[in-house]
Amino acid sequence: MKDTSRPEIVIVGGGPAGIRAAATLVEAGLHPVVIDEGSAAGGQIYRRPPAWFARTPEQLYGSEAAKARALHALFDGLVRERRLTHYARSSVIAVHDGRLHVLGDEGVQPISYDRLILATGASDRVAPVPGWQNAGVYSLGAAQIALKAQGVALGHRIVLMGSGPLLTLVGAQLVEAGADVAAVLDTSPWRQQMRGFRELATRPVVALRGLTLRARLGRRYHSGVTPVRIEADGSGVTAVCWRDANGCEHRTPCDMVGMGWHLRAETHLADLAGCAFGYDEQWRQWLPKTDAMGRAGNGVYLAGDGMRLLGADGAEVAGRLAAAACLSDLGYPVPNSGADLRARERFERFARGLATAFPWPAAMVRALPDDTIVCRCENVTAAAVCEGAESGGSEANRVKSLSRAGMGRCQGRYCQLAAVELVAARAGCPTAAVGRFRGQAPVRPAPVGAFLREE
Amino acid sequence: MIAAGRIVRLAERDRAEVHFSLDGQMRSALAGDTVLTAMLASVQALRRSEFGDESRAGFCLMGACQDCWVWQEEGPRIRACSTPVAEGMRLLTTSGIWP
Repeated sequence: MKDTSRPEIVIVGGGPAGIRAAATLVEAGLHPVVIDEGSAAGGQIYRRPPAWFARTPEQLYGSEAAKARALHALFDGLVRERRLTHYARSSVIAVHDGRLHVLGDEGVQPISYDRLILATGASDRVAPVPGWQNAGVYSLGAAQIALKAQGVALGHRIVLMGSGPLLTLVGAQLVEAGADVAAVLDTSPWRQQMRGFRELATRPVVALRGLTLRARLGRRYHSGVTPVRIEADGSGVTAVCWRDANGCEHRTPCDMVGMGWHLRAETHLADLAGCAFGYDEQWRQWLPKTDAMGRAGNGVYLAGDGMRLLGADGAEVAGRLAAAACLSDLGYPVPNSGADLRARERFERFARGLATAFPWPAAMVRALPDDTIVCRCENVTAAAVCEGAESGGSEANRVKSLSRAGMGRCQGRYCQLAAVELVAARAGCPTAAVGRFRGQAPVRPAPVGAFLREE
Repeated sequence: MIAAGRIVRLAERDRAEVHFSLDGQMRSALAGDTVLTAMLASVQALRRSEFGDESRAGFCLMGACQDCWVWQEEGPRIRACSTPVAEGMRLLTTSGIWP
């Protein structure tokens, strides 16, 4: 029988941030609720394959195996000892007035909270490339999930493109696993990557590991690339056309493309929960505003990549900080957060280095041909997005209403950043001035039937 | 059964078989495969685009992009990347109704 006088603290997300937040609350004597979309906790970075798969954590997570193991064991232990309530395979689709609407196997149910910790993580930040709507084009994260959680490569001959640490990491992981990786195309020129060097050196082990993985890619890796086009036939991708740093054209046959330019914070629930947002020039996206501990106000706390893109280690720290803030606000004794706050500073510096070294390809997006698909959900072209801005004005939601970019099932997760970039280019205004898509519930598609079973 | 699919199994090959039907044809996958993995082990795409003439095979594999919804012969559509394949599933790459 649960103690009903204790505050109800709900954590959304079972990745490194959510797990550390939960553990911190449990240590303080509370019984948090953790709602996670996965079957098992770990998030995406430490995603677990089904229990009967054979690979070891070392094979799955490489250098991060010990961290993954520790987090998995920690959470599983808390579940086993009934120190928290865990809703697996459950999506929070709406939040309003202190209540979450949670879609699970049994339909939609309401879960109330006194305090809410959002640890919703991130997804790949992608930019359109002509032809990217074809079968066989995936995000870099997808390529990594396919390998980790299913033991498969998503194609027989793979080209990876984009920029950021994931590009190198996924390439190296696929090569090591025996996949045929034909090319790894980094849009960031070598000189640009060097500009981030000083801040990347804040975490020398991580930076060095990145360079080592890069070296393993050998001649597959090219920097300063301009993607031109993804070619496809009726079955899907057939080749990638690209220009190298010297301007020479190449055509690399392949049947799979993995693309991504680092990450985009998953912020829909923070939006619905009423958090204030600010445009982050470094990450070229709108992020929720919090204090250094992760307080967003109104009983809501944020942690992990869904708040600021600090990576998995940063997420563990942020999870502890958010939980500590929550405990402090409730009048509970609080663990000392000094070390975590200092660590967070280091992660921020390193993240700045990443953002400098591996930038969003603004020029590439602005130069997209008119007939490039921008919204993959409904095949809305760059021309249609720009027409929407011309008729309705250079504001994100007007463009969305008129062009339908952002109206599809992904709710703008994969098209918003590019759409807004195009509108800003046309209007000659800063990207921030275009604004962002207004969040709408449900944040995941839910069948009508699921609601009919609610209460 | 010859697999003319998109995916390549790099590991975890030693698992029990799961049988399902795809567009009326019997196919096999391995226990623990998602519907996406299971289907793409046999075919190149999950469905045709509703708004263009290309085919689609999923994009994010983490339940965010919603590109991998597939039809069943009976019952609701399922999101292929987040649904485990089950024995006896009867899956379709086209609905016959839409598009």
